[in-house]
Amino acid sequence: MTDVRHPIEDAVQLRLDVPDRIEHLAGQHYVVRLTAEDGYRAQRSYSAASAPDDPQVELFVERLFEGEVSTFLADVVEPGDQLEVRGPIGGWFVWDGERPALLVGGGTGVVPLVAMLRTARRLGRTDLLRIAVSARTLAELPYADELLEAGALVVTTREPHGVRAAGRLTAADLVPLWEPGRTAYVCGSAGFAEVASQLLVDLGVPAADIRVERFGPSG
Amino acid sequence: MAGPTRGFLGRRRERDPRLPPGQYDVGRDWPVLTAEPTPRISPETWSITVDGRVENPTTWSWDEAHRLPRSEYRGDIHCVTTWSKFDTWFAGVSVDTLLEAARPTADAHFVVATSKTGYTTNLPLEDVTGGKAWVVWEYDGGPLPVEHGGPVRLLVPHLYFWKSAKWVTRLTLLQRDQPGFWEQNGYHDRGDPWREQRYQGD
Repeated sequence: MTDVRHPIEDAVQLRLDVPDRIEHLAGQHYVVRLTAEDGYRAQRSYSAASAPDDPQVELFVERLFEGEVSTFLADVVEPGDQLEVRGPIGGWFVWDGERPALLVGGGTGVVPLVAMLRTARRLGRTDLLRIAVSARTLAELPYADELLEAGALVVTTREPHGVRAAGRLTAADLVPLWEPGRTAYVCGSAGFAEVASQLLVDLGVPAADIRVERFGPSG
Repeated sequence: MAGPTRGFLGRRRERDPRLPPGQYDVGRDWPVLTAEPTPRISPETWSITVDGRVENPTTWSWDEAHRLPRSEYRGDIHCVTTWSKFDTWFAGVSVDTLLEAARPTADAHFVVATSKTGYTTNLPLEDVTGGKAWVVWEYDGGPLPVEHGGPVRLLVPHLYFWKSAKWVTRLTLLQRDQPGFWEQNGYHDRGDPWREQRYQGD
């Protein structure tokens, strides 16, 4: 563990030096496995926020109430600690850096989308991406500055944002961001992912062009 | 295997013997994990087909499937994302009943389950025979909710739950194994939670 930060409340941003790692694809995740002295283990999956060619792996973890792994990562871990990680994992929710994509994220669901954005920046292909993200408040949106700078549509459900009143992501938000040939990546809580992917289906996005990553208490 | 993690105590000191390694009890929750949008499928348009290496390829409509002998599963389910859920109750029809009608040929050794969405998952034939697998439309005495695969899903509770394909509509028997959706994307071909077969190579 090389760096531990708490850029927003109830979350932790971790940077790890992973020896002999293979480069991940934007959107892939790592499994973090914790082992107690008596051999008891607990493991959870977390998406990488870093671009593949970042020399380190960056994870961003929401601290869940009574989360066995997330509270440990948020409250106990310090730089210099050794963590067991496994990955990268997942071959579906990944962006190849070549195809036009619409990224739709809710809360910490923006993390794998940030990896895609960073990948696009390094490739000089941010023109391929359109981004819409939702959070309760701007202060609770992970990587808010980076997303705003990239021109992401930011929707906040508990406070106004810019000229926009507090409210959820709507079909009208997504209409100008999608056209045929664009793959949609939806990531967020089970509830957010369900609503957002259904909005896209109702807009006429073929189900085969919608890739969904849901997380919940399990994630 | 790495040594202990500094400062990690872990919460669940007394492990329920029903929990496979690396799993935790999710309690009353039932998390939803799906890689694609939830399809809306009306029972009238749903059917289940058994084909491939069988002597008698057969399709059952919703009504026809419901006239088959009812079979139930009461027990635990295990998701590869590390939650397990105890004491679930599903009802539908045993896969044995479907295979009895379709009559697998002697060279059938594997099965691919296909969903209405195009999702696929592969299983050894012996993992869906002998009272180990069901096609279910009821959960806890009510209709199976759509986000959990309703109207009808496959249920193979002794394997990780991605094998229990939601919105199942076809079981194709094969001579050779053919990796499904998650299996092509890094997950294990069999997925036995007691052996922690999560990813390819486990």
